[in-house]
Amino acid sequence: MNRTLYGNLIFELSKKGRKGYSLPQDYDRAHTTAELPEALRRKEAARLPECDELTVVRHYTNLSHNNFGVNDGFYPLGSCTMKYNPIINEEIAGMKAFAGLHPLQPAVTCQGALEVYYNLQQSLAELAGLKEFTLNPCAGAHGELTGLMVIRAYHESRKDTGRTKVLIPDSAHGTNPASAAVCGLEVVEVKSLADGTVDVEHLRQLLNEMGGEVAGMMMTNPNTLGIFEPQVLEITAMVHEAGGLMYYDGANLNALLGECRPGDMGFDVMHINLHKTFSTPHGGGGPGSGPVGVREGLEQFLPTPRVNKIVVNCDGENEPYEWEGYVIDREADSALGSVGSFFGNFAVMLKAYVYILSLGSENIKQVGPLATLNANYIKECLKGDYLLPIGGLCKHEVVFDGLVDKSSGVTTMDVAKRLLDYGYHAPTIYFPLLFHESLMIEPTENESKETIDAFIDVMHKIAGEAKTDPELVKTAPHNTPIGRVDDVLAAKQPVTTYWKSIAES
Amino acid sequence: MFKYFPHTEEDLQEMLKATGVENIHNLFDDIPEAARFKRDYELPEALSETDLRLFFNQLTAPHNTRQLVCFAGAGCYDHYAPSVVQNIIQRSEFLTSYTPYQAEISQGTLHYIFEYQSMIAELTGMDIANASMYDGATATAEAAIMAWNNAKKATRVLVSETLDPKIRRVVETYAHFNGFPIKLVPAVNGAIDRNALDQELAEGGVAGLIVQQPNYFGIVEDYTGIADKIHEQKGIFVVNANPSDLAILKTPAEWRADVAVGEGQSLGIPMTFGGPGVGYMACTEKLMRKIPGRIVGQTIDNRGQRAFVLTLQAREQHIRRQKATSNICSNQSLMALYVTIYLSLMGKEGLREVAEMSYAGAHCLRDKLVATGKFEDTFPGQPFFNEFCVDYEGDLDALLDECTANGYLAGITVGEKTLMLAVTEQRSPEEIDELVDIIQQFKTEEAKV
Repeated sequence: MNRTLYGNLIFELSKKGRKGYSLPQDYDRAHTTAELPEALRRKEAARLPECDELTVVRHYTNLSHNNFGVNDGFYPLGSCTMKYNPIINEEIAGMKAFAGLHPLQPAVTCQGALEVYYNLQQSLAELAGLKEFTLNPCAGAHGELTGLMVIRAYHESRKDTGRTKVLIPDSAHGTNPASAAVCGLEVVEVKSLADGTVDVEHLRQLLNEMGGEVAGMMMTNPNTLGIFEPQVLEITAMVHEAGGLMYYDGANLNALLGECRPGDMGFDVMHINLHKTFSTPHGGGGPGSGPVGVREGLEQFLPTPRVNKIVVNCDGENEPYEWEGYVIDREADSALGSVGSFFGNFAVMLKAYVYILSLGSENIKQVGPLATLNANYIKECLKGDYLLPIGGLCKHEVVFDGLVDKSSGVTTMDVAKRLLDYGYHAPTIYFPLLFHESLMIEPTENESKETIDAFIDVMHKIAGEAKTDPELVKTAPHNTPIGRVDDVLAAKQPVTTYWKSIAES
Repeated sequence: MFKYFPHTEEDLQEMLKATGVENIHNLFDDIPEAARFKRDYELPEALSETDLRLFFNQLTAPHNTRQLVCFAGAGCYDHYAPSVVQNIIQRSEFLTSYTPYQAEISQGTLHYIFEYQSMIAELTGMDIANASMYDGATATAEAAIMAWNNAKKATRVLVSETLDPKIRRVVETYAHFNGFPIKLVPAVNGAIDRNALDQELAEGGVAGLIVQQPNYFGIVEDYTGIADKIHEQKGIFVVNANPSDLAILKTPAEWRADVAVGEGQSLGIPMTFGGPGVGYMACTEKLMRKIPGRIVGQTIDNRGQRAFVLTLQAREQHIRRQKATSNICSNQSLMALYVTIYLSLMGKEGLREVAEMSYAGAHCLRDKLVATGKFEDTFPGQPFFNEFCVDYEGDLDALLDECTANGYLAGITVGEKTLMLAVTEQRSPEEIDELVDIIQQFKTEEAKV
């Protein structure tokens, strides 16, 4: 990473008359857009940049140098599972044969792609302990929304229309209540106990009060504090008893690979973030993929299109034979509908499938234990300097509540910013909301003991600096392309385009 | 150990010791016994890289995955992208980073998103754009929700029948669960029926209207005067536009739209079986605080440098939870980078050239198809851009099978007799002629079953 700001915008490098493309010139020019009525054409040409190829290449290469990715260094961003994104995944997903496929071409001409699609559906079902998956949702939050639609469609099919509430622990990710709201559900918060787990007595009370109105409950397990919910079996049983369905937020699934499956805990519907647990790159915030799985009996509520495997008996020229292949069901009689134009983010699915095939049955089961060991190791090594509000075993991530010694006034924000100076990405900060100074560290299974030891050393060093030179930490970062930014200015006088920026300067 | 796991036996022992646990599986002792997974996954054993390549080479062999000369569109187009795009996209600093929460080490991502927002705003003519959405269909559904939430006493959101039915289905799905009605405004000769629209508007209670440009059938519709009528009842006018065609076509802002949405796949993103693409959303300044998704804004840092940062986050789920404008969390960032690099290379002239070539090719193909005597215009007299519909007198499925057998994806059927074809600048005059030739020579009775 280049620690000096590059800083240009492409518009500032533009000069009239330059171009960065080449197109064939031999085509039939009998028709031009000048034929279109003037009322249908734009008045002024769009002010897009005019740049030669090298200028564009250098610009984006230089911009990339002001970015930090998993390949640059340790990225312990809690809840985001920033694991290694294998290069072979990219190689396969980039194959021309896949890149050139049109989503509406006949199924007989894309059996290879459909096989990947179908096998990934089946693999996820096995890993989740559920019956069937749709790969249509494009992200985790999109999966949550789709999963909640499944739950609502299920109740609607039973004419059980009074179920308009969804129970969500107060420790949940913000997407849970937001997805519920978009899905037309009313959010009811379930309290947490002091140890961060679901208050089962409060849940019981809520179910007694409003059980008949409860569509379901959303749960993340391990929860957002990285703690396994010890009473999960009681919880799923209670909600089922009240007629609701259990939704599993797969954000933290990585911890459980090899040790536990959502379906076996009693969950009915879930999503998986392929960009977390199945190693596909986060891409600066997308594209992700959020497949949704359901237990047996809920398959008909999944959205379309779907990919199915069929066996057809054919009359051969000499003798009959069986044709086994894949078909696309574009408009199946789904009680739900569709959540995207086509099949979802196919290139992301390819990467996830390559990951599953690379690891195989024998290595996938190591993922959860190794990720969990790394997190517990960090927890034990850092708890002297950083306040561990909840002891005991954690799973794939650990949450601290800032420094043990807060007398210097150094906050979690300051620690996070100081980490950037030392060449680390910051952990997730100020989430979960249960603590004031949350610092959430998720190391993933790919990090070596040396990497983690070096990180632990730096964390201790920062705790030391907070005592000896608190200003140094409070004014961090010092060694990054830019310093702390003025968030208030950005929000108060929003400048969100170059056009606005030049109009105001 | 496996190549992605760095733990040696010695490492494991030391770490377990520090953790105070005897065996690595004891880390899961807090999971109830009944929920523990005790067998092996029923999945294939690990494949070596060599075997993986062999496996995928087989899957992509022509009999399994066939490259067709693409005359299909319907929301996904085979456009040219300079080789630079794919190359830069693979830079790991972009590829392996997450959402730019830590602005100090994410200026690369924040800069390109700011550029992307500026380009989308410029193409659509709108004041602001967000940092992108999943796809064109979900962006349209989010616009419908925006319209509904913005309305005070509305009873429905209107959708033109000329909107892509796949998008309409997504809008209807979102609307159904969100809890508001969608009303379809019928079409006449492939364009929105203005009389039917006027009747709907006369009834009042319209939260918004969603139209598409060019519409699903490829027709460039004249939306003059519609915005005023929607605005009279404080509704929102949503135009779903193909951003590639906006190099030439009247912008959503010029139609006086409040929200512009659409699919950005045309701007440098490979088709890849339909995804990932990228949804865009832009709106007027008035709606700035109601738009869903991430937004990057300009500011300064404590050293006085211009810097970029995620802003207006008070709209978003991680702050507002159930009161957020949407549940959307991530954008489709890397796909927005495709669009940004593509537009930087194509620039002002390139995008126009692409539009002219696609337009010319489509009109040439339409003329030649009609000249075969086997087709006639489905929507006579309607102006179209690079996609059009023609009615076929014979067995359409048999004709398409024949084309497929010859390596051509000759379009999409949009009814029993109607074929919809798209032409991009990637289709050479020779390919156009060969497709016409295959069709010319095809006789129904020769069709292979």
